[in-house]
Amino acid sequence: MAKRPDDFEVRRQHLRNLTDEELEKRFWQLAEEIVKPLVELAYTHTSPAVERSVLLRMGFSSIEAKAIVEGVMKLGLLGKGAGNVVYRLAKKKNIPIREAGLLLVEGKCWEEVPGLFEGGASNA
Amino acid sequence: MLDKNKKLDIEEILKDLENYRPKRRGWHWREDRGKQIYGEFEYHQASKPLKQSIPLPAARSFGNIDPQPDCIITTEIASGRFEDDIRRMRMAAWHGADHIMVIRTAGQSHFDGLIEGTPEGVGGVPISRKQVRATRKALDLIEEEVGRPINFHSYVSGVAGPDIAVMFAEEGVNGAHQDPQYNVLYRNINMVRSFVDAAVAKKIMAWAGMLQIDGAHNANATAMKAWKVMPELMVQHAINCAFSKAVGMKPENIALSTVPPTAPPAPCLRIDLPYAVALRQLFKDYKMRAQMNTKYMESDTREATVTHVLNLLISRLTSADIQSTITPDEGRNVPWHYYNIQAIDTAKQALVGMDGLLEMVELKKDGYLAEKVRELKERAVLFMEEILEVGGYFKAVEMGFFVDSGMYPERNGDGIVRHIDGGIGAGTVVERDKDYMAPVCEHFGYNNLPEGLEKPCDLIDGCTFHKPEKIVFIDELDENDNVYKRLKETEHLRKSTQIKPEVEWTGDGIVATTIFLPCDEDTAEAAALEIGKKMGLEDVVVIHKLSAHPSEGTVVEIKGRVPFTIDISKLSIPKKPEVLDDDIIRKDIERKPMKVVAATVGEDEHSVGLREVIDIKHGGIEKYGIEVHYLGTSCPVEKLVDAAIELNADAILASTIITHNDVHIKNMKKLHELCIEKGIRDRIILAAGGTQITDEIAKEAGMDAGFGRGTKGVHVASFLVKKRWEMEKDINEN
Repeated sequence: MAKRPDDFEVRRQHLRNLTDEELEKRFWQLAEEIVKPLVELAYTHTSPAVERSVLLRMGFSSIEAKAIVEGVMKLGLLGKGAGNVVYRLAKKKNIPIREAGLLLVEGKCWEEVPGLFEGGASNA
Repeated sequence: MLDKNKKLDIEEILKDLENYRPKRRGWHWREDRGKQIYGEFEYHQASKPLKQSIPLPAARSFGNIDPQPDCIITTEIASGRFEDDIRRMRMAAWHGADHIMVIRTAGQSHFDGLIEGTPEGVGGVPISRKQVRATRKALDLIEEEVGRPINFHSYVSGVAGPDIAVMFAEEGVNGAHQDPQYNVLYRNINMVRSFVDAAVAKKIMAWAGMLQIDGAHNANATAMKAWKVMPELMVQHAINCAFSKAVGMKPENIALSTVPPTAPPAPCLRIDLPYAVALRQLFKDYKMRAQMNTKYMESDTREATVTHVLNLLISRLTSADIQSTITPDEGRNVPWHYYNIQAIDTAKQALVGMDGLLEMVELKKDGYLAEKVRELKERAVLFMEEILEVGGYFKAVEMGFFVDSGMYPERNGDGIVRHIDGGIGAGTVVERDKDYMAPVCEHFGYNNLPEGLEKPCDLIDGCTFHKPEKIVFIDELDENDNVYKRLKETEHLRKSTQIKPEVEWTGDGIVATTIFLPCDEDTAEAAALEIGKKMGLEDVVVIHKLSAHPSEGTVVEIKGRVPFTIDISKLSIPKKPEVLDDDIIRKDIERKPMKVVAATVGEDEHSVGLREVIDIKHGGIEKYGIEVHYLGTSCPVEKLVDAAIELNADAILASTIITHNDVHIKNMKKLHELCIEKGIRDRIILAAGGTQITDEIAKEAGMDAGFGRGTKGVHVASFLVKKRWEMEKDINEN
């Protein structure tokens, strides 16, 4: 940011006559306004760490979760959800979730993955 | 249950770890906060007592009470070896810490995934599932021992925030730092990634009932002039609070990490207090984690302690839900065992000492304080208005809004600049497709789950939050860098009678010495190193120096390693005197009354120790029916002997504290000789007491017994009764 002197007295004119309550209300309104697009961004997006956290919760180790997410990213399917990939593979093959995930960790069945989703990868 | 006389058995902690489940989840506040009676005092800002603890040193004069303040007390412990840290955690808990914060090893925030196993850390501990589980298991034992739940805390940040949040929730970690702004500003992690990850991590933390602490205090530590960033800090707190609340955290589980930004010689209260008041007014729905100042710490532990006590004054003048502590040695090295204890005691001592302060003094609601509070709030509001004007948070970061050295709206153009497509993890975030799905619970964000589910994880027959048996435990990945290897190396010290000094790790051998040298600083430093070497220390380093005068003298502190061990089985440890049962003493005094004259002898005004040994109130010898004639302080030896003769006393108790020129020894000898001269020595018992007196020293100087530090009435009464039996026996035999 460019240098500028302390022009607080000039800038504060519109706040001067606010009561303390009004000022505090304004403080929180502004904070909420700032974070709104950030919350929206998080709501509609995902990341490798987010997807690893899903796989951890599904009962995979950190090493297994990492391998699966990397495979999913290579196929451009992170937008489907890495947990979703494992879930659909398990359904398709009618095997337990953990077994399906371990197949992927071992480098197997990846060729079946794009076909699990209609239209394949939209974020490829 | 741990035995207080036995050290923690680390091998036992590591045993069967793969099956260990934490006892509980979620944060725990202290219980019964408010009015509490400890000993003869009523406290207004205290909490439930501990089952076992070590009180402040002066508690000796107050019936050994250990009043616990109302707020949580935090200590940060992270030496790089968790197996050594857990012993320190136990010591900390005994002194009153119930929030143990573990700093992560350097570089962990850039590690994309979880670290596994137990590698050694640098400046902190690599946070892995195994280390977390072992530490939690140890804390589960320690909290039972002291009788108060202990909150375990680390960091949910970096590029693996959501991974770590899941692991912490599974392993019963109770609190964590989580603030995407910390990633962006101080760890150069991509801003988009940071916020996307943070939302998921926070939702998981919310489910686990973890307390969140933000990262705003880092601006204090980073900014050149920490007090200039006060308006910005409020903005950072607000962004993290509002974001956390929006993703599902309860405000009562969100804490602000706030530090009084200045330290003396600045007029710190004048700057720090308005800031503290403004924060507590604006963030009244949130919790305050009051941290101590680190920014201006040098190697002087005394100076740091005074600054920290001023920080504690601010906590008591405003409020603190969690009082964090900084060890006074942090300005010179990675904290040592006993400085953690000092910092905890500093907090406990000051908080208890200032109990109920605001019932007696009041902060002014007008004038300077109120004007400054208002000004800070307005500056923060203006800061946020400009963030929105330029297009939002990301734009503001790109423009270098944050950690500028000018007090907003002043700008010096030296803020931290980050770019939206820059930093670690840039380009890794993708949009969730319409058919995005995550079949797990507590997942933040869009999730195209099939309809009719009770909970998302029903799709997969339970996630780890509902079926913890699904958690996969990894033991070790590195066959050379792990806890077993390290334990092997110290086995000779842990499982034998050999002992070595330590400040951080088992057997590190480090000792510190304070030296005063009558010369200038540079000479003193060089001389001190030589002294250390001649004392037999290895790797001698100067850790602190303070000029007393440019030429008259310098205080130097050095540290070094001792190259030897001590065999404790070969030590001659003086036995503690055996005490008689209270009833036996009482009965013997009933059988035959006993009269005692007592005084502090010589030119010595100390009376506390002797009064405690005498006074019925302190459990002194009066309570057994012994008749005591107390002659006061600065009593000449002659007067004491004359009084004994006049009253036909059975014993003389002489207290002597001052040791200058061995005056304590001279007084004892004089007492002995005078009694001989007056012909009463064979029928009178002589005992002396004082902080520098031992039984040995006293006997050498002609006394029948000597009593040092920690002596209680029962010790002296037991001795008097036993000695009288001996004398009666002698008379009967002759």
